[in-house]
Amino acid sequence: MPSLCPTPPRWLAFSLLAAGLAALPFLVDAGLGRSWVRLLDLALLYAILALGLNIVVGYAGLLDLGYVAFYALGAYVYAWLSSPHFGLHLPFWAVLPLGASLAALFGVLLGAPTLRLRGDYLAIVTLGFGEIIRIFLNNLNAPVNITNGPQGINLIDPVRLGSFDLSQPHELLGYTFTSIHLTYYLFLLFTLGVMFISMRLEDSRIGRAWVAIREDEVAAAATGINTRNLKLLAFAMGATFGGLAGGLFASFQGFISPESFNLMESIMILCMIVLGGMGHIPGVIFGAVVLTLLPEALRYTGDWQRELFGRIYIDPADLRMLLFGLALVAVMLYRPAGLLPSTRRRREFADAQE
Amino acid sequence: MDIFLQQLINGLVLGSVYALVALGYTMVYGILELINFAHGEITMMGAMVALAVIGALALAAPGLPGVLVLGAGLAVAIPVCVALGLLIERVAYRPLRHAPRLAPLITAIGVSIILQNIAMLIWGKQYIPFPAILPQARHTVYGASITNVQIAILLLATGIMLTLILVVRKTRLGRAMRATAQSRQVASLMGVDVNRVIAATFAIGSALAAVAGVMVSAYYGLAHYYMGFLLGLKAFSAAVLGGIGNLAGAMLGGLLLGLIESFGAGYIGDLTGGFLGSNYQDVFAFFVLITVLVFRPSGLLGVRGGERA
Repeated sequence: MPSLCPTPPRWLAFSLLAAGLAALPFLVDAGLGRSWVRLLDLALLYAILALGLNIVVGYAGLLDLGYVAFYALGAYVYAWLSSPHFGLHLPFWAVLPLGASLAALFGVLLGAPTLRLRGDYLAIVTLGFGEIIRIFLNNLNAPVNITNGPQGINLIDPVRLGSFDLSQPHELLGYTFTSIHLTYYLFLLFTLGVMFISMRLEDSRIGRAWVAIREDEVAAAATGINTRNLKLLAFAMGATFGGLAGGLFASFQGFISPESFNLMESIMILCMIVLGGMGHIPGVIFGAVVLTLLPEALRYTGDWQRELFGRIYIDPADLRMLLFGLALVAVMLYRPAGLLPSTRRRREFADAQE
Repeated sequence: MDIFLQQLINGLVLGSVYALVALGYTMVYGILELINFAHGEITMMGAMVALAVIGALALAAPGLPGVLVLGAGLAVAIPVCVALGLLIERVAYRPLRHAPRLAPLITAIGVSIILQNIAMLIWGKQYIPFPAILPQARHTVYGASITNVQIAILLLATGIMLTLILVVRKTRLGRAMRATAQSRQVASLMGVDVNRVIAATFAIGSALAAVAGVMVSAYYGLAHYYMGFLLGLKAFSAAVLGGIGNLAGAMLGGLLLGLIESFGAGYIGDLTGGFLGSNYQDVFAFFVLITVLVFRPSGLLGVRGGERA
């Protein structure tokens, strides 16, 4: 007997979702304004970053606080190879993989000596690595100008595919696709790709080995898992996605400086996966989207303050980091597996609490 | 020669401040095996509170002698920091003592962000100058100069460290701390109130941090809501360098790191032919940290290897 409310076939759900995602920038544009479409682009970028860090922290359980260094490397490689800074203008499909591979290489270079350290030491070492990279980016403008120091690199080429320039508006079927709309689709493509890889990894031999390492490294090694190589692989995969996101960021922004890659950025990405649910792809994306949109939403608190008290006591931009800190503590205390946890993770934390 | 001596003095002064902060990390780590990420922020809070008191007093009673004003600042900053340390332990660490290792580390990061932003909301984003309440006398020793403030820092830090060693070696509390560090469970079976010992550890560490915070701001002549981050990181590196969990190690590590930094910053320009300058001073701590962790994770004075790292 056919049920009264059958679950829709998968293809229908998928096509509805696809149509929704495709229409989203236009709906947002019409409903909330252009600046929100830009935020949507950023949310996707952070989703890529968070998914990358999720491989390291969520799957393999290695707390990496210097993740932003890989993001910075990807961005600077892109800026060096396609901007007037060195006079090079290589196409983005060549530069992006280069940046991602360099980031992966640095991931292995950092990981090889440090991955035998236990969790909290690793956190500090990666934090130090992130700071070292930032200090070098800040100071490598003399005597040879490599990074242009604190001023950063300007006029970075936008993404161009043949003669199709993503920075120019295009007309299609009577709709005008501006640059931020097109960027949305590009980023969406990359996000889906990274998501797909993450999902496949999660169910693979490698993914299960990572989870085993996360839960008990000694036991994992005893069952024949090569823990060192697998941890290195997690580090390299995470770094690759970080480098990829960096390249996309540079092309999107057109300008990068060391300021964009400080520790707070690393912590914000960490917040996204902790808040959303470590090791759980929908949770991580949820966290990335919420935390990217939050500062914009917080801007309204400025208006409320002005209405209530006649002046602004707390700058909404400052409120953001305070809330992040509170959220980190509160989530760890009350929902340690995150707001959208995976079943396995929830069980793991429940066991530990007993 | 005088440059060498000058860097030696600067390094020792800086190093003794690092050592005080490093003691806080190492004591907590020795007992809980937890990196108290917020410790650097407690140092910052100590500096800020003391500066606020000193500034207010200097305005209200300009005639008071500088040492008295400074003492008043410390007298307020130390209890505030102790209270903060106890609060953090109670709220953010104790409930997670049996949770997976990642959990308390993440709350610690959260707490340090909260403290930073609270300080920023109270005192603003600008650098706060240290009022000129102390006599700025300079003494010249073999061509190198040393100020009163530097001498005071050295003496005070040495005195505090000696006292701490005595407390840990000779008193009941010290014995309870050592027992808890060896095994929390067995210590509690022997009648040690483990929770109280842990709270006392946080209290002592925070008090040291408050003093160190005031020293740093007096030495550099300013304080800032973000100063705790780098200071904390360097002090942690010092603790690891000496062998984390080891009190003497933290002192040695602090002094060594201070020396490495000041000599490194002084000579790196000559060594690299001007390619790298003293603006890389902050990098040394991280290189030391990474090198130690890679080649000798138990640190210089650490005995227990392997399991810790």
